[in-house]
Amino acid sequence: MPQPLGVVLIFSSWNFPFTLALDPLIGAISAGNTVLLKPSDLAPACISFLVETIPKYLDNKAIKVVAGGADIGERLLQLKWDKIFYTGSPRVGRLVMAAAAKHLTPVTLELGGKCPAIVDTLSTTPSKAKVTAKRIVGGKWGPCNGQACIAIDYLLVEEKLASALIELLKKTIKRFYGENIKSLKSISRIVNEHQFQRLVNLLKDPNVADSIVYGGSVDEEKLVIEPTILLDPPLDSEIMSEEIFGPLLPIITLKNIEESINFINSKSNPLVIYAFTEDETFKKRILSETSSGTVTFNDSMVQFLCDSLPFGGVGQSGFGRYHGKYSFDTFSHEKSILHRGFYPEIEPRYPPWTDFKLLFIKLAYEFDYFGLILLLLWFKRS
Amino acid sequence: MASEVEKKAVFDIDSAKEVVQELRASFVAGKTKDYEWRRTQLKAMLKMMDENEPQIVAALRDDLSKPELESSIYEIAMLKNSCKLALKKMKHWVMPEKAKTSLATFPSSAEIVSEPLGVVLVISAWNYPLLLSLDPVIGAIAAGNAIVLKPSEISPATASLLAKLVANYMDSSCIKVVEGAVPETTALLEQKWDKIMYTGNGRIGRIVMAAAAKHLTPVVLELGGKCPVIVDSGINLQVATRRIIAGKWGCNNGQACISPDYIITTKDYAVELVDSFKCELERFYGKNPLESKDLSRVVNSNHFARLLKLLDEDKVSSKIVYGGERDKSNLKIAPTILLDVPQDSLIMNEEIFGPLLPIITIDKVEDSFDLINSGTKPLAAYMFTNNKKLKEKFVEKVSAGGLVINDTTVHLAEPTLPFGGVGDSGMGAYHGKFSFDTFSHKKAVLYRSFAGDAPLRYPPYTNGKLRLLKALLGGSILGIIRALMGWSKA
Repeated sequence: MPQPLGVVLIFSSWNFPFTLALDPLIGAISAGNTVLLKPSDLAPACISFLVETIPKYLDNKAIKVVAGGADIGERLLQLKWDKIFYTGSPRVGRLVMAAAAKHLTPVTLELGGKCPAIVDTLSTTPSKAKVTAKRIVGGKWGPCNGQACIAIDYLLVEEKLASALIELLKKTIKRFYGENIKSLKSISRIVNEHQFQRLVNLLKDPNVADSIVYGGSVDEEKLVIEPTILLDPPLDSEIMSEEIFGPLLPIITLKNIEESINFINSKSNPLVIYAFTEDETFKKRILSETSSGTVTFNDSMVQFLCDSLPFGGVGQSGFGRYHGKYSFDTFSHEKSILHRGFYPEIEPRYPPWTDFKLLFIKLAYEFDYFGLILLLLWFKRS
Repeated sequence: MASEVEKKAVFDIDSAKEVVQELRASFVAGKTKDYEWRRTQLKAMLKMMDENEPQIVAALRDDLSKPELESSIYEIAMLKNSCKLALKKMKHWVMPEKAKTSLATFPSSAEIVSEPLGVVLVISAWNYPLLLSLDPVIGAIAAGNAIVLKPSEISPATASLLAKLVANYMDSSCIKVVEGAVPETTALLEQKWDKIMYTGNGRIGRIVMAAAAKHLTPVVLELGGKCPVIVDSGINLQVATRRIIAGKWGCNNGQACISPDYIITTKDYAVELVDSFKCELERFYGKNPLESKDLSRVVNSNHFARLLKLLDEDKVSSKIVYGGERDKSNLKIAPTILLDVPQDSLIMNEEIFGPLLPIITIDKVEDSFDLINSGTKPLAAYMFTNNKKLKEKFVEKVSAGGLVINDTTVHLAEPTLPFGGVGDSGMGAYHGKFSFDTFSHKKAVLYRSFAGDAPLRYPPYTNGKLRLLKALLGGSILGIIRALMGWSKA
């Protein structure tokens, strides 16, 4: 029987400030909990909206929103909650879990990772190749300009197909977002100065800068970085070891697309692995030889819409899951209940124990009915 | 002597690292994922128990003076059943589960695939040292993981027997037993695991979770609590009393996480209840329970002293209505019942984990629910009643890991029920398929095709696209038609 856990704390992130705040809230409410929501202070207009509007529509005695920065977050973590739900970075995830440990509070951590996209469909029909390009572009710069935990972080493709892929991507980017940084449209900006500098710094390494094949322009005043593609930046550069969370797309080339499996396994488990391929054997290998929160074949992002699939990570990308019924479950305690009658009573349960009782119970445990009958008829002895 | 001491290897951080590295290599090589490997390991475990039952019973007698029946049934037989269940059902458990897809992702198909987490650490307790060590290991094997088992040093005979048997019967490149105490456990906890399962008390549970936090390792904590028993009138008192005794003193002499900790009954019924206890206790354990062979002893002198402290507190010692005898040299305390100890006494504020049973009286049975909820959430709660309304209220109002009506502790044996705590009694659950699930990652998989790619999703974004997408996600056919016709609001 599911029961509410009690009083829960939800931390949400700044990149999808409404979905990541309200989606867990929906689960917590449906499971019967009272909730404190602490949205990220990096999305101040959204926080103000939530702080003003939620009390107008929802029961203010049971659901509250608190605005504030890291200091408020820290103070909240000192208190005892019945569950904490955190969406954000692994660094803060560790702090949340360590604080929760003091009160034995269960946690769900929705973190990130470098979500790779394996591209194996360029040698099929041109229309499929086009769709692949659209889905990659839509899956990289569509979600908050790459600032999403499930955005495509980098691509893996065979050497010989790299230039065709880049051409397709360039065309698609121009069609979707405009010809250059001046005419950029239909795309988010970078959230703040700090993140802007972090991304710009990823491109500072001369070897990385040299690998840019498209884009690269930035506008510090408007906090805009145009969609940028890099071809084979050094594997030990920061852009290939940190989660990018921005509009920079490295493409890593391989001799054989099957090598992508080892490549992905050399990094920590991502939240999603995307694979554009029609090779059924390759699909099976990807499924059984890699580990990630989710695997999506031949598309990007849409697994987020599928309510019957659990959404969550594994390893460094987090633990716990939600969406659909999983949200309800994550904020519930599944209480087990056993009803017994007073009859029948099994005497051998009780001491003083004898060899007979021991044998009886052993046989009963093994459902050895025949043995039981023999025992009762005195034909069996220990 | 000096050279012997030098030769004995110290299990430190480096040793722990090496163990994890070896297991990770085995895991990455795919050894534990292999279905046949899982089957052979489980069969080996069955064989291990079949061939060594007398040694196991002897080790448990050494550590706990555990009566043979308890060892055979609650440890060995339960484990064997758990193994057999896994062997029987594993082929279903490992199958992917189909998931429904909606209009939002049409056309597509979806499934949920179980995969092993990797290298897991199982830390077990001293009271059921075999069961609490190997039952989680069964789940971890069935799910395809590599495992380190750290049995409790407070039951040393069983710990070293386990180490020996597991090394002899199971694949040591994938399943290892590490013996030791605090330093060894600390060394293990510094490592990065893919899951940690800990059975024990809340204090150490916090330490385990804090260590796991450094590596973002998910944990299962099977802790304890004060498991209450509510006794209503109008029941078969003899049967109820016997079942409470079986769950209390029949389970390692009260040293079990789901043992009835204390009783709540009405003032009117208390006398009858106490009399029934006296009668049945004597029938089970004789006039001299300290001499009875059917009772475990208290595990060690620390716990013995702890229990005496609870019993000898001024305001408590006068409330003893039965028992109270003790034998320090044999670490035995007789089954003891206390009536109406004060709420602020030590015995009512910490988990007893021993053969002392306080009875608290209240005016009406319904008052017991608030009393229980005023404390921390226990691992289990029990109620004896024939009143349907009271049963419903009990189930609805009392929050605990698991509830049993008209019996005690038996839910442990039901593999279809998740066994675990809530709040201070822990997080996560296991037994049966829940063990398999707890050591698995449930990977979501979405298959999409190239057909039907809707330009709606892609920029440049227009109001028309927005209207239609909203309608599609909204799922109503009428809404979609309206949007297509341009009749709905943006």
